Amino acid sequence: MSEVVGMSAVVGMRAVEVVGLGKVFNAGKASQVDALVDINLAVEPGEFISLIGPSGCGKSTLLRLIANLTEPSSGAVTVNGKPAKQARLEQDYGMAFQQAGLFEWRTVAKNIELPLELKGWDRSKRRARAREMLELVKLSDFADHMPWQLSGGMQQRIAIARALAAHPPILLMDEPFGALDEMTREHMQAELLRICAETKTTVIFVTHSIPEAVYLSTRVVVMSPRPGRITDIIDVPLGAERDLDTRESGDFFGKITEVREALRGAEYGTAGHAPKGVDDR
Amino acid sequence: MTARLSPVLHALWPPALLGALLLSLWQAMVRGFDLQPYFLVAPTDIWVALTDNWSNVWEAMQVSGTNAAFGLLFGTIAGVLMSFLLSRFRIADELVTPMSIAINAIPAFVLVSVFNNMFSSTSEVPRRLMVTLVVFFVVLVNVAKGLRQVEPVHAELMRSYAASGWDVMRKVRIPNAIPFLFTALRISAPLAVIYAYVSEYFGGAQNGLGSRITSNIANSKNAVGWAYVAGACLLGLGFYLIAIVVEAVATPGGRNRNREG
Repeated sequence: MSEVVGMSAVVGMRAVEVVGLGKVFNAGKASQVDALVDINLAVEPGEFISLIGPSGCGKSTLLRLIANLTEPSSGAVTVNGKPAKQARLEQDYGMAFQQAGLFEWRTVAKNIELPLELKGWDRSKRRARAREMLELVKLSDFADHMPWQLSGGMQQRIAIARALAAHPPILLMDEPFGALDEMTREHMQAELLRICAETKTTVIFVTHSIPEAVYLSTRVVVMSPRPGRITDIIDVPLGAERDLDTRESGDFFGKITEVREALRGAEYGTAGHAPKGVDDR
Repeated sequence: MTARLSPVLHALWPPALLGALLLSLWQAMVRGFDLQPYFLVAPTDIWVALTDNWSNVWEAMQVSGTNAAFGLLFGTIAGVLMSFLLSRFRIADELVTPMSIAINAIPAFVLVSVFNNMFSSTSEVPRRLMVTLVVFFVVLVNVAKGLRQVEPVHAELMRSYAASGWDVMRKVRIPNAIPFLFTALRISAPLAVIYAYVSEYFGGAQNGLGSRITSNIANSKNAVGWAYVAGACLLGLGFYLIAIVVEAVATPGGRNRNREG
């Protein structure tokens, strides 16, 4: 415990700091699962971190621990220099899931206003911010539409606008583009990079697509199951400006191969059988 | 307004056409096979009886309709309040739900007889109580389901917004339950009318549609009896229509929207 306190004092400005984190499900029972074991991760402001690994490697659990949607079994999570719970209560992060999760009885603008309503913002301030966010995701014409009138990609952009409405410094995303078709997905990736650059948001992004992780990230965190742990962290120095040419560059493909081999090594190195559950697209 | 009601009108003409066809078939059968009035009355004879006795039929419709309306109103209010209670306190849910299923399994006419003994049988209280009880359970079961069925992604989002239990109730559970309330109303509006008639078969004042139907049929005034049946149909239809119009006005866009995910 004393070590953790010391750490957070030194690295108070880090966006996210995870130290000795462990998560056990069904502790003490026959069905006990070590979802995460001894996770250490430091994320600097402005980074784009992807968590990648096969099903069951605990990448979503790690994200949920950072978001304080679930409590750790051991270790500590610091978000924006505060304990994870305090960061959640003060809405220091926004969150987006695979499902857009828009409230179908609210208009698009009212969906974006919801986190602001809960923070007690007054009406005119909320309206102004919703307009600003709609402009950011280029959906200004759809303010008064109902969610079911929008395509899946548009709904996901609204979900991102909602997650960023309170201008949180950190955005946590759990496979947000997993349900979209390939064309929409690539477009959304480019949009996300633009939005995060404009708003200077730090992102932690769970995915099981290797090209998606490489295209978006400054660093890719490779994870492995049984027990869930970090096996590799790969730097992706493809520059801040990434576009269609980036996707066709040799460096891009080189990094894809590197991540794929890291995933394979993680699997072979411990369990001794073929990798599965990771998307090569 | 008209744009919102047009789906109602659009939904109305096919059943109206079918009804007209069936009535014609009925008329042709009675005339063609020369059926006697004690066996089956021709629609035209019913129409004559209905117009001749309209003021009596209308009076009986008002009596049964008022009973149904009272029961519908109080049953809905009580059902909504109880469903809030159940969704807020798990212990209340565990106590009340099995009991409500047990009470619901008691046949209605047993309860009417009991209520008739409890209250003066010349009052309308037993009948209104019966309707209230039936509506209460329909509303309770549906609205409680709507309050409970929060999508996991919505629950996680609200947690990430540091929302309180009351915030979740106000911003998620209640809006989520509103379509369920309208479904309950659509089911219980005709039920309320039917139970208002049925309650009249167990004694008490002979002023409603149910008692008028039995007494006229018993006196071999079959056409007049059928005229009261027609009045009963009209009343039931009226209640149902009011329920769907209220729903159409209150939830623009309707219920047939695509749920994401």
